[in-house]
Formats: sequence, structure tokens, C-alpha cells
Amino acid sequence: MSVPKLNPENTGNRIAARFELLAKHKRPGLVTFITANDPTPGVFMDILEGLPAAGADLIEIGIPFSDPAADGPAIQLSGQRALKHGTKIDDVLEAVREFRRDEIDTPIILMGYYNPIYHYGDQEFAEAAAKAGVDGVIVVDLPPEESEELHVHLRANDIHMIFLSAPTSSDARLPTILGKASGFVYYVAITGITGTASASEDAVKAATARLRRHTTLPIAVGFGIRTPQQAYAIGKHADAAVVGSAIVDVIAQGVKPDGTVEKGLAVKVLEFVKSLATGVHGTWP
Amino acid sequence: MAGAETLNTYRGGADENGHFGIFGGRYVAETLMPLILEVEKAYAACQADPKFAAELKHLSTHYAGRPSALYFAERLTQHFGGAKLYFKRDELNHTGSHKINNCLGQILVAMRMGKTRIIAETGAGQHGVATATVCARFGLKCVIYMGAKDIERQKPNVFRMRMLGAEVRGVDKGTATLKDAMNEALRDWVANVDDTYYLIGTAAGPHPYPTMVRDFQSVIGEEVRTQLQDAEGRLPDSLVAAVGGGSNAIGLFFPFLDDGDVKMFGVEAAGHGIHSGEHAASIAGGSPGVLHGNRTYLLQDEGGQIKDAHSISAGLDYPGIGPEHAWLHFQGRITYVSATDKEALEAFQLCSKLEGILPALEPAHALAYVMRAAPTLPKDHLMVMNMCGRGDKDVFTVAEALGTKL
Repeated sequence: MSVPKLNPENTGNRIAARFELLAKHKRPGLVTFITANDPTPGVFMDILEGLPAAGADLIEIGIPFSDPAADGPAIQLSGQRALKHGTKIDDVLEAVREFRRDEIDTPIILMGYYNPIYHYGDQEFAEAAAKAGVDGVIVVDLPPEESEELHVHLRANDIHMIFLSAPTSSDARLPTILGKASGFVYYVAITGITGTASASEDAVKAATARLRRHTTLPIAVGFGIRTPQQAYAIGKHADAAVVGSAIVDVIAQGVKPDGTVEKGLAVKVLEFVKSLATGVHGTWP
Repeated sequence: MAGAETLNTYRGGADENGHFGIFGGRYVAETLMPLILEVEKAYAACQADPKFAAELKHLSTHYAGRPSALYFAERLTQHFGGAKLYFKRDELNHTGSHKINNCLGQILVAMRMGKTRIIAETGAGQHGVATATVCARFGLKCVIYMGAKDIERQKPNVFRMRMLGAEVRGVDKGTATLKDAMNEALRDWVANVDDTYYLIGTAAGPHPYPTMVRDFQSVIGEEVRTQLQDAEGRLPDSLVAAVGGGSNAIGLFFPFLDDGDVKMFGVEAAGHGIHSGEHAASIAGGSPGVLHGNRTYLLQDEGGQIKDAHSISAGLDYPGIGPEHAWLHFQGRITYVSATDKEALEAFQLCSKLEGILPALEPAHALAYVMRAAPTLPKDHLMVMNMCGRGDKDVFTVAEALGTKL
């Protein structure tokens, strides 16, 4: 089946505009991941609203799921903290709406597993997400072969479906993924779960070069980027570096055993994001 | 749910994309996608190779002890005073359950793929034992993921796996049962793609697993067809099997799906009762969703979060069901019923006393349904129940439930 592609230059969507701006300034972007309502709805909102000023160029918000089979311990636990607050898709969308009241430039990408979305309804989800101000969606367990039932509704609502590619995605397979991809390509740098091993700079250099032979879309690289130094190294080869578990770990450190949150946690998290941004932007004076 | 139109065949699935109607599929992260496509290709090559079938047949006969007997349960039949009851004695297989059928098949596939490390999830420990057994037999490294709660209630099987050389890794995440063990096995697989084969034990997971496991378990139903022909000169009137993920049930049912007069009953675990909310009956108490690589009926809340399952039987304590069962339910070809913990315990005791067979708690659920149905049926009704596992592993659980200290 031939699939109509969103125009990567589509200025109606914040993702394309953001990558254009980054390209114009000749610097890579920082993509930050946090789970919705982690550690509490209030602290999450404080972190979310502070992210653009701290240097996040694109923001991924995790939709928590009870069985995150592609995630390591850090993001598993963050999802469990979020679920303790009964977090549902409507809560995640409400947070995006609130964020959008003051912030209209930074792209928001929702990331999660398919079951909560399927349960919500593919079309209902796409429409509600578009209304809330969501720009892209990553569904970890929807490979291109299974993506169409959701993708058709995302496309109709001008939301990019971001696809993952991995070291295991062969040259023969990449066209299957990239033929459907829009917005940007998310390269999973390691064969493994989130927050565990890190890829070498050489491996990422080779991988991004391979991907660029197949696509003109921007490439974001994630999994295993934990420090400003690593973010800098990845940023030399990718259009953006994604940091998730390392940020979520800072959040986890601020949650006491009884579940209460230490004072000033949002500031601490945003300081860490600033240090990552310094790393990524190290190539840009 | 009433199905759509009557189909010419119920044996045509899965389609080329691994779907049974809306169920099944390949809902996995991209990192795993190339792997499961590779498994699919390797399995297709095995199916096309007569040497593979010959090798599997040889092992089934000389290592696992197939065919398993079809046994007329005379005293239970007298006791019920209705249907004539046969047990398919798959608990007599090597390792004590039907799980070995699938493990022998998949280990041959894994070796043809050049894999040297095998991982598996296990609930009751039956599949873990069968996997550890075939790994020992072929000298492959073996890691078994098992929920911490299941390790506690299935100690004998944990020890057996260790004796067989497997490493048993406890999973204390989530609800610490089978679904969490499966999550952890998937995480292991994604991190060890080069040398590792994931030997899934039930007819669920991403395509091609549900189809492959069904094929390897179909030997059960194929044997029943021949054996009942020899014993009674005809087909059965009804088939009964317990359903967790559903591998023993689909193995019994599949060869009969196109015999319209053969009724089939899959028995889900109702735990403390469907209305208590504490059960493992995905069809009776669940709705369609996506988990562990396939779309099927799942126990989930209104936000699409997976709910804890409950059953006294660790092997049925899973919040989903194989996608082919989901489809056969949707089509109305198979009737899914349920039995509670209490009913299964009664069946366990009755079978032990009247037939001298300790059933595993999984087939004890099937027998609990037989206890309800058989007395209402005529004496010429031929009913075959899959005695898919032996109960030795469950004696501690049963003793505790009956208030006896061992």
C-alpha cells in the first residue's frame, strides 16, 4: 500500500520548524524525556514548563504503561510512580494543553505503548492529541507493519508518527520503516532496553551515516545517553540527542521512600537538563 | 459473542502478517522486529524440510514418550453417570506435561538458526522445566525468567530447573508473576539479539509464535483422532481443555476445528469468581487489547493498564490468552467457560481418589467443567479432556489450600 507522506518541510507542524531552526543555527538539538505526572502531577508540570528555558529543543512525554517491555528499570519505575496518581491519557493531554498556554514553539511528542492508546480509540486519541497541541507520537510496540490503524488518524490530524530504527534494522528493512516515517527518525543506538548500555561515538557515526543514505529526515539518537559529554559526542553526528533515563534518575533520587518529594526537585532536574543542553550545544557558540 | 458467518475452514490462520482476524500480529519494538521475522523464516524452512519432521518425530517417540495414552476414565464416568470420559494423558510425557512437545520443536528451530543461548518465561514452572530439559539434552545455555511469587509457590520445579543446569532468574517487578516474567524475557532478548533464542511456552506472543506453538502442540489432537477412532470408531462429541495462554487447548482442538459436530470447551481460571474481580479469565472478564506482541483479550482497566490476574494455578495466572483462541471465541467456534479455584481443588481431589491420577491444577480446571457438564450428557456422548500436566508440583499449594501443613 502506498502511503501519503507528510511533507517534512511542513511548517504547520512544530517538529519541522524546530529542526529547520536547528539546522539554520548549525547545531544539534536536545530531546528530553519525562513520564507524565512523575513524580507528582504538580512537580511534573513545573519540570515540563521549565524545559524550554533549560534548553530542551523537543520534549517527549511518556504515557505510563503497566508493562513497558522495552524499558529498563529507571523508566519502569517512573511509569509506576505516574500510575500511582492514576495517570490516564486524558491527564497527559491536559498537561500538554496547560503547557501550550504559554509555549507555542517547542514540539511535544508523546511516547508510549499501544494498549492505552488502542483502548482510548485510535481516532479519538489522534483528534484529542491534535487539539491539545501534540506534534508527534512514538508508539514503541507499533512497528511499521502494525502502525497503519493508528497512523491513518494521526496523519489526518497532522501529527507525525515517529518510527524507531535500531542497529538490527538492516538496509533491506530500512525502506519499510522510512517509507512511513515523518517528522524525524528516532535511532535506538543500542540493542537493549532504555537506560542501560551506551553506544560508542564511532558506532553512532556509522549508524547515522547509514541512515542518511536512506532518508533526508532529521535523525535523533537515543538510548544510553547520560552525560553532557555523551550528548556532545552524539550531537556531532545526529540532528538531536535524546536523554530519558538519566533525567528520570534525577527525579527518582528526589523521591523519598515514603513517596514524598524533596523540595526543589524541579529546579534540580532543570539544572541537569541545562548541563545536558550545554553539552549538546557545545558545537554551537 | 456471536461470530460472523460460518467459515469454510477454521484452520487457515494466521494470515501472512500473523493475524487471526483482528487478533494476533507483531506488536514488538523495532529492535525485535528483524528477529521475529528471522524466526518466521527459519520456522518456514523447517516446515518445508522432511528431515526436520523426522528428527522431531524421533525425539517425540524416544525422548518424550509419545504417543501419550488415551485413557477411558471409567470410575469418573460411573461417578458422573453421563458422558463417557476419556483423558488424553499428556501428563505422562517426559517432564510431566504437554510443554515438552513445543520445546522439542522450538529447540530444533533455534539450533538451525545457530543460536546458543535459550531464554524462556515460566509460570507454574512446567515450561521452564521442559525448556531446561531440552537445553540440557542439546548442551545449550538456558536462562529461565520466573515471577518471584511463582518461585515461592513452585519450589519443586525451581529446583528441577537448577538441577537441569538452567539459571532461574526471579522477577520481582510488577505483580511478580508470569506476565512480568515475559516482560523481563523480552528485555533480555532485545539486549542479546545475536546469540539468544526466546523459546515462548504458550500459544501467544508475536507472530510466528502462536502458530508455531500450535503446530507443535497439535500432535495432541492428531493422536486423539486416531486413538479414539481405534477405541470407539468415531470422532469425539466434545473436547475440554484448560486455557491460560492456551497451548494445550489449541493443541487438542486445532485438528478438530473443521469437524463441525465436535464441540469444544476452553476452561479459563475464574480464581475467586469472575465477579470478585480476582480471576484470570481474559475472555469472560476481559476485552481486546495489545500486550506481549499480540492483540487478544486482556484483563485491563478503563485506562488500558493491564490488571493483575489471579488463579490458584500458576500456569493459568496470566491476564491474556493466545490470539487464536480470541479469534475462535469471536467466531463462535469454541465455547469458553470458567472454573474457580475452589472447583479446581474439588476436581483435583476427586480425580486423585477415583482415578489414581493427581492432575496438575491447570487440567483440574478442565475437570471442574467436566464435573458440571458430564452428568447432564447422555451416556453415548464421547468427551475427551486434556490431562495436560501432572499434579506432583502442586501438592504444596493444594495442601496449603486444604489447611494441611507438609
